[in-house]
Amino acid sequence: MVIRSNEQHLRWSVLVIHLVLFSLVLFSSVSGAESDSITAIPALAPPTNVSAIDKPNDGGGSISIRWGLSQDDYDGGLVSGYKVLRATDSNGIMSSFTEIGDATAGQAEYVDGNVSDDSSYYYQVVAFAQIESNGAAHDLIAKSAITGQVQSSAQWFDWQRINVFVGVLILCALIIFYIRQAQSGKELFIRKIAGLEAIDEAVGRATEMGKKIFYIPGTQDMDNVQTIAGVTILGRVAELSAQYETWLEVPVARSLVLVTAKEIVKEAYSKVGRPDAFNEDQVHYLTDDQFGYAAGIDGMVVREKPATIFFMGAFYAESLILAETGNSIGAIQIAGTGMPSQLPFFVAACDYTLIGEELFAASAYLSREPKLLGSLKGQDMGKALILIALIVGILLETFGIWTFSDLFGVID
Amino acid sequence: MEHIALWVAAFLTLGIYSFLYKDNPWYKLCEAIFVGISAGYWFVTLFWDNIYGKFWLGVFPDTTTNATGEIVYVSTPDYWLIVGAVLGFLMLLRLVPKIGWISRWPLAFIVGATAGFYLINYFSSNVMAQVQDTIMPLFGVGYNASVYDIIGNVVIAVGTFTGLIYFFFSKEHKGAFGGAARVGIFFLMITFGAAFGYTVMSRMSLLIGRMDFIFGDWLGLIG
Repeated sequence: MVIRSNEQHLRWSVLVIHLVLFSLVLFSSVSGAESDSITAIPALAPPTNVSAIDKPNDGGGSISIRWGLSQDDYDGGLVSGYKVLRATDSNGIMSSFTEIGDATAGQAEYVDGNVSDDSSYYYQVVAFAQIESNGAAHDLIAKSAITGQVQSSAQWFDWQRINVFVGVLILCALIIFYIRQAQSGKELFIRKIAGLEAIDEAVGRATEMGKKIFYIPGTQDMDNVQTIAGVTILGRVAELSAQYETWLEVPVARSLVLVTAKEIVKEAYSKVGRPDAFNEDQVHYLTDDQFGYAAGIDGMVVREKPATIFFMGAFYAESLILAETGNSIGAIQIAGTGMPSQLPFFVAACDYTLIGEELFAASAYLSREPKLLGSLKGQDMGKALILIALIVGILLETFGIWTFSDLFGVID
Repeated sequence: MEHIALWVAAFLTLGIYSFLYKDNPWYKLCEAIFVGISAGYWFVTLFWDNIYGKFWLGVFPDTTTNATGEIVYVSTPDYWLIVGAVLGFLMLLRLVPKIGWISRWPLAFIVGATAGFYLINYFSSNVMAQVQDTIMPLFGVGYNASVYDIIGNVVIAVGTFTGLIYFFFSKEHKGAFGGAARVGIFFLMITFGAAFGYTVMSRMSLLIGRMDFIFGDWLGLIG
């Protein structure tokens, strides 16, 4: 019994030893497998050579930050992008950095357009990446050095637009030259513009019929050159209507146009010796609203049935509504605008249409004033130079001699 | 309340469309409401946007308390805006007949400044940028283009060239010059025709929008 008991003990002991050994082997193999799959999380290389400078050729309020790409920023590299941090300087003490924007991987410049010219700033660029390791996501960042203090300022001259400056100078020189010529008595020729030739006829028609003339100077304000051109032609129409004693009505959509149009009509009546015929109510305000203005004019047109309607200025979607209503009552209509999308409607519904540049040439054409004639001639010479540039440029580029069009590139 | 607004909108929409039949009292009522309300709306909008939003808040910005407990402006006061306010005030002097002539000064300033300001913008966009886009190789040396590209380039170059000749005022449109101008006006008219069709389509979408309101939102006949 004792022997059997000892044998049993021995067996149990051997079994336990085997189990312990097996467990140790198993554990060691498992832990060995684990230690093989753990990968070290790599360190991210920071952006280098970070610099911040006042953005050149601007009106202030922006700083340009540039940096060298992180060594881990390449096609398939670790870097996901960059964060730009900014701190302000207050009496020599740097505030804490806050994120102001970010850039994608591969991008090495950021423009901070939200700075004050009165303050100084510091910048830091942080490369960031996210990697998957050991079944978990890890965010990696690498901070660059901090830039020196930088302040934005406005520049007097935008050197990137020197070509615009030269172009304007040439145009101005041509205009001044031809104005001088016109003032010295030289006859300057202007070709016939049918729409402007018809103004006298249109005013005369209203006089014969004993009906009103409507003059619509568009829906835009005095900061639009088309409106300025429109009210200039109004002067000529007002002179004629004062001479012929025909009622001229000018409904307007803007307060500044109201003031200007009143001044122009009043002056025109005085110029032809009929200041007494001017009535303040001839020029009146309707509304600033585009379609409210169109609805108001439509009502007036169908009720008062003017013999002549002028549309001179900047128009948008109301153009066809106005021109069609005028057409439906049989009024003679002369339109002029520089809005390319509205010209087709005026061409279709009006008797005469001044197309774009013709509207701007009208003041010189109608007044025959030397200053304006010289200015028109100067502009024509400008167009001639453009025509020459087009021919020369197309030939040079077609034969691969020189990229001439680069001279006309304008950087905003 | 929404229901009433819907009926008012439908009443006014149909009133404005009744003009297509002929001028009538319904249209006159809608027209008067439209013109009157829009004039009032724009007055209020311009007051709050310009006089309060731009001028008043520009010169006297709101204040806030910073980290050190100091009361500071949320933005830097822009005192240049006072110049604009003075010009605006001078404009109102036309209401006083004896010194009404002073209102011509701000007017002259606005017209002159506008012309000068836009000269640069228009010269950049309407001259420089357009010339740059027009100057291109038509075909040939080092330029890999299809036949369609070449035809397109030639059309752009010829269209721009002859269009500019049409707008040349100091020479009679006769002979070869007149012929080129004639080609230019053809180009313009073809462009206008295309623009006409395109714009009519967009106007149709406006009409569809109103019909959708009448038959959908108001009458509930379409989903």
